[in-house]
Parts: sequence; structure tokens; C-alpha cells
Amino acid sequence: MSELNTALEHPTYNYKVVRQFAVMTVVWGIVGMLVGVLIAAQLAWPALNFDLPWLHFGRLRPLHTNAVIFAFGGSALFATSYYIVQRTCQARLLSDKLAAFTFWGWQLVIVSAAITLPLGITTSKEYAELEWPIDILITVVWVAYAVVFFGTIVKRKTPHIYVANWFLGAYILAVAVLHIINSMEIPVAMTKSYSVYAGTVDAMVQWWYGHNAVGFFLTAGFLGMMYYFVPKQADRPVYSYRLSIVHFWALVAVYIWAGPHHLHYTALPNWAQSLGMVMSIILLAPSWGGMINGMMTLSGAWDKLRSDPILRFLVVSLSFYGMSTFEGPMMSIRTVNALSHYTDWTIGHVHSGALGWVAMISIGAIYHLIPILFAKQRMYSIGLINTHFWMATIGTVLYIVSMWVNGILQGLMWRAYNQDGTLTYSFVESVAASYPGYVVRFLGGAIFFSGMLVMAYNVYMTSRRGVEPLAVPATANAA
Amino acid sequence: MDINDLRGLSTAFLMFAFIGLCFWAYSKNRKKSFDDAANLPFADEELNQRTLREEQKND
Repeated sequence: MSELNTALEHPTYNYKVVRQFAVMTVVWGIVGMLVGVLIAAQLAWPALNFDLPWLHFGRLRPLHTNAVIFAFGGSALFATSYYIVQRTCQARLLSDKLAAFTFWGWQLVIVSAAITLPLGITTSKEYAELEWPIDILITVVWVAYAVVFFGTIVKRKTPHIYVANWFLGAYILAVAVLHIINSMEIPVAMTKSYSVYAGTVDAMVQWWYGHNAVGFFLTAGFLGMMYYFVPKQADRPVYSYRLSIVHFWALVAVYIWAGPHHLHYTALPNWAQSLGMVMSIILLAPSWGGMINGMMTLSGAWDKLRSDPILRFLVVSLSFYGMSTFEGPMMSIRTVNALSHYTDWTIGHVHSGALGWVAMISIGAIYHLIPILFAKQRMYSIGLINTHFWMATIGTVLYIVSMWVNGILQGLMWRAYNQDGTLTYSFVESVAASYPGYVVRFLGGAIFFSGMLVMAYNVYMTSRRGVEPLAVPATANAA
Repeated sequence: MDINDLRGLSTAFLMFAFIGLCFWAYSKNRKKSFDDAANLPFADEELNQRTLREEQKND
């Protein structure tokens, strides 16, 4: 009874589930990026599929996207959201058991994906390939996640709900709605289902889902991360709390409309394409509002960038965020899209967001977290964090630039006409011309991937005895 | 009055809501409470320390 009273009067945080998710972020990052490097190599050297169906590009590509987005990115989001919501609400998670359920449930989702996708079991909806039994498991885990997260906010000890929690809450809520609506399907067997939507409606629902997976999973969630870890690592409050409020509402209100830009020049009605384009261009404003707010948090403390590679990860991720959220609206303009659509430019754009923004801010956040979660004074090696930073930056730049070159090359070759109206180039000529870009992209990806191995080593060494434990001052009421 | 009037009105409503939000966020009498909120990431060191102490005890 007295123990219970102590727990009530002197609550502690649940760091166990945060630690589990943080470690799995590194593990799944390595797995997901390794598959990415393999399929990048396959595009340059097709023999690398070894004529095995389960190593075919068409099956491994969704495995790569699911692994990096939902396993790596998802674990990073679970870890940081559980951490942030506890620390800014000054309350322990609503339920340790439910939180543990979300950890094991999410790992089960990931393992199921890793088994079914190479076997060719897929709904064929991009970023929603998993078949209906896994969809149901995702829903159950996600509802538990929402209960833990919002339940913790309800029992908070602070009068205000810190802005990071607004972004994280929007991400959890929106992903639930998106997943349920886009995954409406009629099962015909354990491993096969058909979408309830058909034709153009199916395409529109899919890209309403697809772009908001970008907007809420890969943006709002990671902005929540940014609003906590950038101020924390820079040791100063966010540049403008007022801007963060305007930023939040503008971002969530506009993102939801941008999906149609994935369907330019398709059977989707022209007015819907125009709507998607206009909303995508407007989206530049809230996106840059967030970027500026994060960057300016460092104003007056820019010198910290020189000595702190973790802060460098966080701030460079914001520059990549600013760059890709400028590129995105530009590519959504229909006439620009006429050149860029279906080319490697799109893949380059995605990776400037995925490697530069999502991965780098997650890596920075994990480097911030690991010493705390293992009660150590610091990471095992700051030098290795710096090495990792440069590997990640160089890898990302090589990746983006090679895909820009390839994309514009492909777009121009596909639209080149002879005087008599015939096409100047056959498709395969554009594939052959893309070969150097594919090799450079493979190199960039491989460098980025190797950086994750450096991180894994650093994290492992930090968890061991080598690093001095954090000296926790005992207080008067300590038992 | 048809459905398109409603569509126009909803656009106007959203615009006014956004302008209202900006005025609310930047109003003088919200400043103090937002400053407090902005400092929340730095306000819980005691709980963090207690958590780490408990974890070290259980090791």
C-alpha cells in the first residue's frame, strides 16, 4: 500500500517502452535501408534478382517502403511520441500494459509484412499493400496507441498541451481515419481481398490516403518530434510558440486536399486535379512556417552547430524539409508535372523528404534519447555521430542529385518528337541512359545505409558499461 | 440558394476562422500563457531524475 502511495505521489515515466521502440528504430532502419540498397542495385544490375520471385524488384520495393516508413519511421514515432507526451504532460503513460501491447503488436505487423510481401501477397495499393488480416491487426494496435496517447494527455499535470502533442495527436487521429477508409476491402480468402472502391474513385481514395500518409505520418508526426527535440537539444524554447499554433492549424487544414496532384493527366476530373494543385501550392506556406520556426529556434545559438553533431542532424533535416516542401508544390503544378510524372524525379523528391527530413530528424532524436534511456552521460562516441552525420548528408545529396538528373533526362527523352510526329527515343533508350544515375543512386544509398551501421555500433557501445552512467542526484525524499 | 452557395460560404468561413486564429494566437493577453507553454520541455527534470533513479535501483 505504501508503495502504491509513493507511486501516486511521486510518479515516474515509462521509459521501457520508449527504449524498446528506440532500439527497434535502429534495427528496422538497417533492415529497411538494406532492402532499399538491394533494389537500387537491381535497377543498375538486374541480374541481382537471381531469378527468384521473392527477390524480384516488384515484391521487394513495397517491402522497402513498408519497412522504412512503418517499421523504421513508425518505431521512431512510437518512441518519441511516448517520450514527448510523458515529459511534456508530466504524467506516466496511461497504461504500461497497453503500451507494451502496442510495441509487440507493431512488431508483429512488421514481421507479417516482411513475410507476406516477398511471397507476393499484396492488395497492390501503394503504401497500403498489406492484406486484410494485417490491416485489422494494424487497426487494433493503432486504437490502443490512440488510447495510450490521448489517455496520457487527459491525465496530464500541466495546464497546457504542448504543441508537439498537437502534431502527434493529429498524426495518430488522421492515420487512423486514413487507414480505415482506404483499407475498406472485401476478403475472398485469407490472403486476398478486393477494394470496395472501383476505377477513378479507387484512385482518388488511394491518393487521398497516400498523400496524407506523407502529410500526417511523415510530416505531422515528425514535426511533433521537431517541436520537442530541437528546443531540447538547443536548450532554448521554440522560436515562436504563436507561429507554431498557426503552423499547426494551417498544415492540418490544407494537407488533406493535396492528394489529387498524384493523378494529374489521368481520368480524374480536371477540376479535382486543379484543386489538388492549388492546395499543394498553398501548402508551401505552412510547411515553411514550420521550417522557419525550427531553424530560428537556434537564433543566438548558431555556434552550437559547430560542436554538436546531434543538433546538426536536427537542423540539416529541417533544411531538407524546407527544400522538399518547396520542390513538392512546384512538382504539383500540372505543367511541371507533365515533365516530372512517372520519372525518377519523383523518387528523388520522395527521398529528399525521406532520407533528408524523416530519417535525419529521427536519427537526431534517437541520438538524443539513447543516453537518457540507458542512463548514460552521453553517447559512446560523439566523433562517430559526426561521421554518421556526414555519411547521411553525402548519401542523401548523391541520391537526390542523381535522381534529378535521371528524372529530367527521362522526361525530356519521353516527350521528344521527330518532325514527322514519331517519338525520337524508344522507352528502353531512356532506361539505358539512366544507368549512370542508377549507379550513383546506389552509391548514395549505400553510404546512407552504412551510416546506420555506424549508429548501431555507437548505440550498442553506449548501452554497455563503457560509458559513465548518468549521476542522478539523490533527493531528500528518495527512499 | 443551391449547394454552390454552401460551398462558397464554407470557403469564407474557413478564411475567417484562419484570420481569427491568427488574431487569437498573436493577441497580447495570450502571451504569458504561450511563454509558459513554450517552456514545458524544460519543466520536468525532477520527474526524469526520479525515473532514472528508480530504473538504476531496479537494475
